[in-house]
Amino acid sequence: MLDVEELSVSYGAVQALRGVTFQAQDGSVTAVLGANGAGKTTLLRTVSGLVKQQSGTVSYDGVKLSGLSVENIVRLGVSHVPEGRGVIEELTVEENLRLGTLWQFSHRQRRSVLDEIYELFPPLAEGRSRMASTLSGGERQMLAIGRALSSKPTLLLLDEPSLGLAPLVTAQIMALVRRLARETRLTVVLVEQNVRSALSIAEEAVVINLGRVVIADRAATVAADTQLRHHYLGF
Amino acid sequence: MSLFVNLTLNGITNGMIFAAVALGLVFIWRATHIVNFGQGSMAMFTTYLAVTLLDRHLNYWLAFAAALVAGLVMGAVIETILIRPLAGKPALNPVIVTLGLFILLEGMAGSIFGIGSRSFPPAFSQAGLTFGHTKVAFSHFDVFILIAVVALMLGTLALFRATSLGLRMRAAAFAPEVARLLGVRVGRILTLGWALAAVAGSLAGLLVAPTVSFSPNFMDLVLVYAFTAAVLGGLDSPVGALVGGLVTGLALSYVGGYLGSSLEPLGALAILMVVLSARPEGLFSRPAPRRV
Amino acid sequence: MSSIPDQPGVTSGAATPPASGPTVTPVTPVSEGKTGAPDDKLPDGVLSGSGEPGANDLDAQWPAGRDPIRLLDARWLRLPRQPLLRHLLFGAVTAVGFYLLTSSLSAFNNFRIGEIALYTIALAGLSLLTGTNGQISLGQGAFMAVGAYTLGVLMTHTHWPLAVDVLAAIVLSGALGVVVGMPATRLKGPYLAGMTLILALALPRIADKYTVFFGGDQGLTVTAPTPPGTIDPQRWLTWIQLAGAIIVLILLANLTHSRFGRSFRAVRDDEIAAGLSGIHVARTKVLAFTVAASCAGLAGAFLGLSIGVVNTGEFSLSLSIYLLAGMVLGGAGSMLGAWWGAIVIVFMPGWSNSIANSFNLGSAVAANLSLVIFGLVLIVVIMVVPMGIQGGIGWLAQRALSLIRGVGQPRGSRAPPDISTTPDITTGGG
Repeated sequence: MLDVEELSVSYGAVQALRGVTFQAQDGSVTAVLGANGAGKTTLLRTVSGLVKQQSGTVSYDGVKLSGLSVENIVRLGVSHVPEGRGVIEELTVEENLRLGTLWQFSHRQRRSVLDEIYELFPPLAEGRSRMASTLSGGERQMLAIGRALSSKPTLLLLDEPSLGLAPLVTAQIMALVRRLARETRLTVVLVEQNVRSALSIAEEAVVINLGRVVIADRAATVAADTQLRHHYLGF
Repeated sequence: MSLFVNLTLNGITNGMIFAAVALGLVFIWRATHIVNFGQGSMAMFTTYLAVTLLDRHLNYWLAFAAALVAGLVMGAVIETILIRPLAGKPALNPVIVTLGLFILLEGMAGSIFGIGSRSFPPAFSQAGLTFGHTKVAFSHFDVFILIAVVALMLGTLALFRATSLGLRMRAAAFAPEVARLLGVRVGRILTLGWALAAVAGSLAGLLVAPTVSFSPNFMDLVLVYAFTAAVLGGLDSPVGALVGGLVTGLALSYVGGYLGSSLEPLGALAILMVVLSARPEGLFSRPAPRRV
Repeated sequence: MSSIPDQPGVTSGAATPPASGPTVTPVTPVSEGKTGAPDDKLPDGVLSGSGEPGANDLDAQWPAGRDPIRLLDARWLRLPRQPLLRHLLFGAVTAVGFYLLTSSLSAFNNFRIGEIALYTIALAGLSLLTGTNGQISLGQGAFMAVGAYTLGVLMTHTHWPLAVDVLAAIVLSGALGVVVGMPATRLKGPYLAGMTLILALALPRIADKYTVFFGGDQGLTVTAPTPPGTIDPQRWLTWIQLAGAIIVLILLANLTHSRFGRSFRAVRDDEIAAGLSGIHVARTKVLAFTVAASCAGLAGAFLGLSIGVVNTGEFSLSLSIYLLAGMVLGGAGSMLGAWWGAIVIVFMPGWSNSIANSFNLGSAVAANLSLVIFGLVLIVVIMVVPMGIQGGIGWLAQRALSLIRGVGQPRGSRAPPDISTTPDITTGGG
């Protein structure tokens, strides 16, 4: 379980997060919603260790994450697909995928892990020797998620996966995420601007505004609260 | 005509040496976006270590290997102590620190090993080989230089393309933050990059030393020419280091042969200025888009 | 060539101005010599402690536009507000001070003072180029060589008066500065450093090649200027050198204050933004280069006059790196810092010799200790106290001032950013 308590983060004089508190249960999908600049990306970056917090605690499976390096947090089973996907263009598709397997798996195991990823994402299998720079937006998203999954994480942090994608592709990816969460007990924290599709697959929802949590509740409750939706989510 | 042949052969062997040092510069640039102006001095220092061991009658190849290992250690130590603390700070700082390293090592070498120039024994005969009736300016030692540098290049290629470590190094160079998110220990990779670059430099030092009067600044010009070669080839391209090295070596050999050796540095300057005016990213690298 | 902007493009000035009522006028002790212009402090984007805006205490407390040298709130002593007048006043006071000083010192010490003066000139120019304009140059020694050799050649082959020779040295090195500065505009940090490094190695070799014209190993002889009346020749030379230093520093301080100075700093901090706001970036950079080269030319000519001979041995690569070290140690971008750096450069050989001798370290060490020390200086200063001596003094002064006044910035008003700073692929925010 991911446990965030009274988390505060600032960039110099700018306070990005104030006293953020919520939990993400194992095997659930938690949607993190809010307007641009609300602090959603900062939240994910703090969990994965890219950003240092000023106060509060983030723990995963009882282990405190603050003070740990990014590489060590990854080794606890955390995988973060950053905003913009972070596909390494100078490498091939297969090299991108392999990169995620290196720290955990032996030579032989890596092959079978890669095969599993290719099964999940057939287009990646077809283009495995292509340079990542030649991929389309949807293919890049598949590559980014596939790469994040290649280390067999137990906590997956997704930052705006629908960004720049056609609605059909978005729907496919969301469906896949939900399937993975259900079938493999993967905990997913999903930051999204596309509120509808996020709420459609999430069990829990956290709405953030100007760095503060407005509400952290079941997704259905949040979706039903029309005032809240108007005010913070724009529909 | 034979002058031309000799100059060409000379240019090729020199060029290979420049390529070796340039390769080290490229490693470090790719990993940390720093030009290591201390590369020449580091190589000089490890070569001095080798000659000290040779003075004590150690086996030649053991001393050779010791110098390479010393380079490995030196590169790792310098990256950890001097370079890592500067990450995230203004980009001119590492330039100045490596320049400081440059003269610090020269001063230390002069203090420890004495300033007089001396000679460094070559691994193989430096007498020119004879083909038929003509003697050419190409010796067994020059063959050794060629083989050693080619081996270095092939080894580098194999490392980067065919090993997991190489994959990690490339990822750490292209996208350090993403690499960290994938569990790559980027800090250790940087240290390793510097260590390997230093080994390349040490090798070059051992190859140059027998051909010049050996004193604490014997690598100064080599560094400068290697820098030219690296810029010519593209600071982030290992292939560019090789091609740049050969082109620079040949060009300077002709300049030295036909116009006089004092004008060689000026020749290097001219090459540099032409490259930087016409194609600043070098021959083999991809121009990066300007982020505003 | 990688075109990732090297320096964070933020100028200082984001902090709140220090609380103060009436106009505070600076008072500096005479012996400190030249005043620094307001933004003569350490530039933030180049060599200061961190790339983060506000992380450097200095710029949190000295926003752009305020004079950093405010030692006392002295209402009873008002100095001219106009920079030019202020600089002239300090120049005059300093000149008088030095006159008195040199009259009471021996010839050797006057020689030393003259050396300090000429290195100050070279360092001030370098400081402008690297500290204020952000272009790192290892060629300052080469330009000194140009100035020195111009003087030497003219003295040997013509009978022109000294003033003309010196002027020619300045003009010629300035012209070369334009020639080198033009391609340099396209180069970023390490590339520029590399190019000027080669320049430093290549130029003296020309003198090696054309030995007839340039005097070969022995070099060219330079005769010291004959003083009027019964003035001691060494003292006369020292006065000339001091006058040169004071004039150059006044000119440079005014330049830094003017719109050119603002252009220099703007280009240093963010070239693209500067270009977009109408500054002609290339011209600005070439101007800085030319000024630095001219200063070096004058310094080189003075060096020739001091030593009496001009040969390539004086202008090795080490000289250029020593100059860089002197600048960094004194404080990049600071006119006063140039004096500190010059003092260290002049006295270092003597100090290393004494150290080597007192520890019985042998002649090899004695000859090389200067290299070791300057190397350490470059490394340690950049890593530990990047603002150099002048920056450190200013920082201490500011601290003392806050203590005396009991006012000043509340502690930690600008919390240094405490987060990862590695550039990343995200667009941030969210």
